[in-house]
Amino acid sequence: MKTIEDLKRMREQFQAENSLRQAGGIQVIVGMGTCGIAAGAREVMTSILDEIAKRKLQNVIVRQTGCIGMCEQEVLVDVVRPGEPRITYGKVTADDVSQIIGEHVVNGRIVEKLVVGKITD
Amino acid sequence: MEMVNVTIDGQQLEVPKTATVLEAVQRAGIKIPTLCYHPELRPEGACRVCMVEVEGARSLVASCVYPVSDGIVVRTNTAAVREARRMVVELLLANHPPDCFTCARNLNCELQTIAADLGLRKVRFEGERKSIPIDANNPSLVRDQEKCILCGRCIRACSERQGVNVYSFVHRGFNTNVAPAFETGLDEAPCTFCGQCAAVCPTAAIVEKDDTAAVWRAISDPTKHVVVQTAPAVRVALGEALGMGPGSIVTGKMVAALRDLGFDRVFDTDFSADLTIMEEGHEFIGRLSNGGKLPMITSCSPGWVNFIEIMYPDLLDHLSTAKSPQQMFGALVKTYYAEKSGINPKDIVSVSVMPCTAKKAEAAREEMNSSGYQDVDYVLTTRELARMIKAAGIDFSKLAAEQFDAPLGISTGAAVIFGATGGVMEAALRTVAEVVTGKELESLDFHAVRGLTGVREAEVPVGDLKVKVAVAHTLANARKLLDRIRNGQADYHFIEIMACPGGCIGGGGQPYSTSCDIRQKRIDSIYECDQCSSLRKSHENPAIKELYETWLGKPLGEKSHHLLHTHYHQQKRG
Amino acid sequence: MQHIRAHVLICAGTGCTASGAKRVEAALQEELAKKGLDKEIKIVETGCHGFCEAGPLVIVYPEGTFYVRVQEEDVPELVESHLYKGRIVERLLYKEPVTHESVPNYNDLSFYKKQQRMVLANCGHINPEVIGDYIASGGYEALAKALTGMSPTEVVAEVKKSGLRGRGGGGFPTGMKWGFTQNAVGDKKYVVCNADEGDPGAFMDRSVLEGDPHRVIEGMAICGYAIGADEGYLYVRAEYPLAIKRLRIAIDQAEEMGLLGENIFGSGFNFRLKIKEGAGAFVCGEETALLASIEGKRGMPRPRPPFPAISGLWGKPTNINNVETFANIPQIINKGSAWYASIGTEKSKGTKVFALTGRINHTGLAEVPMGISMREIIFDIGGGIIGGKKFKAVQIGGPSGGCLPEQLLDLPVDYDSLIQVGAMMGSGGLVVMDETTCMVDLAKFFLAFTQAESCGKCTPCREGTKRMLEILNRITEGNGKEGDIELLEEMSRNIKNTALCGLGQTAPNPVLSTLRYFRNEYEAHITEKRCPAGACSALTGYSITELCKGCGLCKKSCPVEAISGEIKGRHNINSEACIKCGACIAKCPFKAIIKG
Ligand SMILES: Cc1cc2nc3c(=O)[nH]c(=O)nc-3n(C[C@H](O)[C@H](O)[C@H](O)COP(=O)(O)O)c2cc1C
Ligand code: SF4
Ligand code: SF4
Ligand code: SF4
Ligand code: SF4
Ligand code: SF4
Ligand code: SF4
Ligand code: FES
Repeated sequence: MKTIEDLKRMREQFQAENSLRQAGGIQVIVGMGTCGIAAGAREVMTSILDEIAKRKLQNVIVRQTGCIGMCEQEVLVDVVRPGEPRITYGKVTADDVSQIIGEHVVNGRIVEKLVVGKITD
Repeated sequence: MEMVNVTIDGQQLEVPKTATVLEAVQRAGIKIPTLCYHPELRPEGACRVCMVEVEGARSLVASCVYPVSDGIVVRTNTAAVREARRMVVELLLANHPPDCFTCARNLNCELQTIAADLGLRKVRFEGERKSIPIDANNPSLVRDQEKCILCGRCIRACSERQGVNVYSFVHRGFNTNVAPAFETGLDEAPCTFCGQCAAVCPTAAIVEKDDTAAVWRAISDPTKHVVVQTAPAVRVALGEALGMGPGSIVTGKMVAALRDLGFDRVFDTDFSADLTIMEEGHEFIGRLSNGGKLPMITSCSPGWVNFIEIMYPDLLDHLSTAKSPQQMFGALVKTYYAEKSGINPKDIVSVSVMPCTAKKAEAAREEMNSSGYQDVDYVLTTRELARMIKAAGIDFSKLAAEQFDAPLGISTGAAVIFGATGGVMEAALRTVAEVVTGKELESLDFHAVRGLTGVREAEVPVGDLKVKVAVAHTLANARKLLDRIRNGQADYHFIEIMACPGGCIGGGGQPYSTSCDIRQKRIDSIYECDQCSSLRKSHENPAIKELYETWLGKPLGEKSHHLLHTHYHQQKRG
Repeated sequence: MQHIRAHVLICAGTGCTASGAKRVEAALQEELAKKGLDKEIKIVETGCHGFCEAGPLVIVYPEGTFYVRVQEEDVPELVESHLYKGRIVERLLYKEPVTHESVPNYNDLSFYKKQQRMVLANCGHINPEVIGDYIASGGYEALAKALTGMSPTEVVAEVKKSGLRGRGGGGFPTGMKWGFTQNAVGDKKYVVCNADEGDPGAFMDRSVLEGDPHRVIEGMAICGYAIGADEGYLYVRAEYPLAIKRLRIAIDQAEEMGLLGENIFGSGFNFRLKIKEGAGAFVCGEETALLASIEGKRGMPRPRPPFPAISGLWGKPTNINNVETFANIPQIINKGSAWYASIGTEKSKGTKVFALTGRINHTGLAEVPMGISMREIIFDIGGGIIGGKKFKAVQIGGPSGGCLPEQLLDLPVDYDSLIQVGAMMGSGGLVVMDETTCMVDLAKFFLAFTQAESCGKCTPCREGTKRMLEILNRITEGNGKEGDIELLEEMSRNIKNTALCGLGQTAPNPVLSTLRYFRNEYEAHITEKRCPAGACSALTGYSITELCKGCGLCKKSCPVEAISGEIKGRHNINSEACIKCGACIAKCPFKAIIKG
């Protein structure tokens, strides 16, 4: 490291690695209740993580949540972009993941056919 | 020198910018009590009795370490100062055995004096006192750490002055103590027994081993013939311990006092100092002409001999094999003198009076028995002799001068200067030059080797040869020369080394409060003794001539070899 | 490769390691692997949070859930429930001592709420063994800024303007000290960091070194640039092996990255750091003793002047600061002196880290802005006194500090206010005491510490503290005499006035401050032979309570016939006659006899 620019570059790189410890960023929330897991939530989770890794996305936080009472719609996946309504997708399978990530997470276009709910805070 | 203005108790004066407050106060003619301070050692500011007030300072300051600055205002006698000094001394006394009556330093103790000066009448603390066993496992020194006030002067003397580094502080808090590494006795430490630590100790925590009782016993034993020899440096210092001024020459009074004490013969180490010059001088000439080990180094200071045996055993073959004057004398008393006077050597008790604590250890060395007996039975320091004189009720200052007994009391000016640094070298040069050239010297005064500079060098023409000589006093300075020899950077022919500052006149057994000034006065007196002698060259001493002619044969002869020379060995200590 | 969706931060500080953090980490690793989660969840070892009493601490991100006292056997549940299903494990959350509510999020703990974590900002949140974590938090930007955009004199001026004062105890203005060393003439200069941290109970420096070592390194490098030094020493207590290890790693990584070494940021400035393990003595924290110790000598203070700024390590100009002082430097350079000076009081700027211990609900490290009241620290952050007991006093500044009573609880905590009331900031130890603490006993405790740790060089400290301690011992044993208090005061005054170094000069403070605020307790011990707190065993008496059934067993057991009473009637102890042997208490079948 020889210059301030080197340091700044490095800072950004290291910050990205730790971004999930900072607040903010796009959240992808997977319903990991008993019903969700029975419906294949774990596989959905794995393919979400793979997809994010494949696209080298930064600033995306993947979280889990418990049962929210729409068991028949499982697997449920929520996407929250900062400042936008929380979109809930239902009956998500591992095959849908790439579309949700590609369209909604990356480009902000909601995948309407899978939406089962919308919450605005 | 850059000067600054200071105000001390309202008195304004100029002092050097580098002065301490204590030095400035002394210049102002004011006395401040000190304990850890010693004018020749690096100040440590440890005891805290020298506290004074400095305007603007947050607390009192220790004057011995506090530097002056321009405009500084000092007060040495305020209520806070008085209270602080008394508290410090009271605290020292609270942890000190109340032994003054029976103490070696009674009436000659810095702690006692300060307590008296401050008028302390009560010690309000009654608590634990330290309890440490006495170290008396060596022939020279006794350490009673219960009397130690931890001023650290011994540590500094041994390291700064002697470069030996025997002592350090050990433990913490109330258990702090001064000790050799691993808290061994001095006998197991690399101590040279030079006694410089004892010389600077303000209390009786380090004192010479007291041999006066044994000497009294010998004197009062009618079956014993007790002879005494006195070293050159004693005659210019003994007076100080008996109320006379520094450098008083008391040779005649001393002889008289020794007779009064009951010694059967009063002899002079100066006699054997002349003999040493004959032996050592010829040894040197021999080494010069036969390609012997050079530089040759003198061996008459046992503190120095211990030092080289402990620290530089690889250089031992540089040492002259000649014994010290004390031991030559001892060997002759129980042989030559016994024969001549018809006394059975086993009935002779041989006592010496020395400025030196290391001499006690020297006399106790195993190999020092060439007469078939221990050559020197008891060694007294100047301080011990002074005590005996006082104990006998002798009014020293009123004594009329008397003469040493013959023949072992006959000597020259060359012998008496053994007592000062450079003296052995000068005495040797007087003899060597005349023996080698066969011609009489024009001047006997070799000024280049005199003085108090730590290491002195000179080139002295002896016939065709320019003899390169060096003189060092104190072991720290000796170390410098030895390191040069070790590194092959010393092309001297002859070196004189004395363990003590100023030579034996500054020995570890001399009267207390030896300072640079006092050493100079003693040295001046030594040279005055030389100047006043009718004979000033060892080879002209008639008693020595007779000794060789009638008994020894020649210098370095068979008998000399047996009686007057020795060998050295490494001491593994510390 | 998978996306990492969660970080599990495990505190690997000394405290949590001692309570089992390493075993938790191993179990976690195993469990995650078993569940196939090890590719998407990362374990991060962090430094200390300063909340060791609740350790081992685990934080799970992205939620930021704060788990306390996590043990090996909790790991399967933690993984199954939180990490697999996203359900918080309620029982492992921290419960507030007063309200008993569980608090899931770190920042909501009452312990942290009133704190202003600047120096400790990274502690517990980054991996101290990964330089990238520090850089990600803005690390080394201050160094870059100083080296490439500021002259040494500007750096010194900035530190001066910030108002930062030394956190090692004395509170000397840091910028001024840097200025002295900068102006001192010398072919070589040194920067020394004092990490000897010897005050009993203090561990803020350790936490900073373990949790965020680069912050200190960066501060030292900036100092080196400012004063013209190319070499520095970190003098670390040998009892801090983890701090030493982390520092070694940090120095290596910084050198590797060129943040230490030659020509840093192309500025021509060279700086190298060495670690020196301390000799294990409290007094080695005193700056001149510390320097002697680095030089390989016995750690003994020497008189000043000359100050280290003029003649320090090996006689060269040396700037010595405390760990926390250096740790404040990067943010001052980054955010500016004006920002820094806006925190705190007029003469005490910024924050101070305190180590809260004693009879208090939350023990641990609290970083607070200067000027906050003692009450806020003890009651809001510290959660008040254990067991609802009454607050009695707080000792601030460790063995050199003073003891403050309840009426001073609203005192603003800053250097000068504390000095005024006879205490001092010291290194930031705070020991809270309740009504069961005897103030004479407390003074005795601290004096015993300083006496044992005195280097022994100077008379007033070595001998004086010993005698004071003996007097205090006598007093607590019921053998106090009239005049003892006055003698203690006289000794304190003189020891403060004559001791060579700060250890001795401050040693009487605990005695003086307890005498100032709790003189009546001393008097009770001396004249009434009574310990009001009931703590001095030699002075506590025995008495019989209403539980007494009058069985008479105690009466029979008493060797001095001090107990009177009729069978079936309540018995009584004559306290004059009682020799406090305790025989009766053991005999009573109804536990009717009590001590106190
Ligand atoms: C007995 C004693 C112990 C000390 N211990 C420490 C210590 O552990 N850590 C420390 O930083 N300063 C300690 N100090 C203070 C230092 O001498 C010095 O003032 C400090 O390191 C300077 O740094 P600062 O200006 O950043 O506070 C101690 C002082 C004394 C008298
Ligand atoms: S050392 Fe001094 S003070 Fe101590 S007992 Fe001897 S004479 Fe008295
Ligand atoms: S006698 Fe000499 S060598 Fe021995 S400890 Fe004393 S000063 Fe050092
Ligand atoms: S032995 Fe003597 S010189 Fe050495 S520290 Fe003790 S009192 Fe001072
Ligand atoms: S110089 Fe003299 S007094 Fe000193 S040790 Fe040598 S012989 Fe003894
Ligand atoms: S005050 Fe205490 S610690 Fe400091 S130098 Fe004196 S004895 Fe040593
Ligand atoms: S404590 Fe001992 S002396 Fe006191 S009442 Fe009980 S048995 Fe008697
Ligand atoms: S003489 Fe100055 S401190 Fe001892």
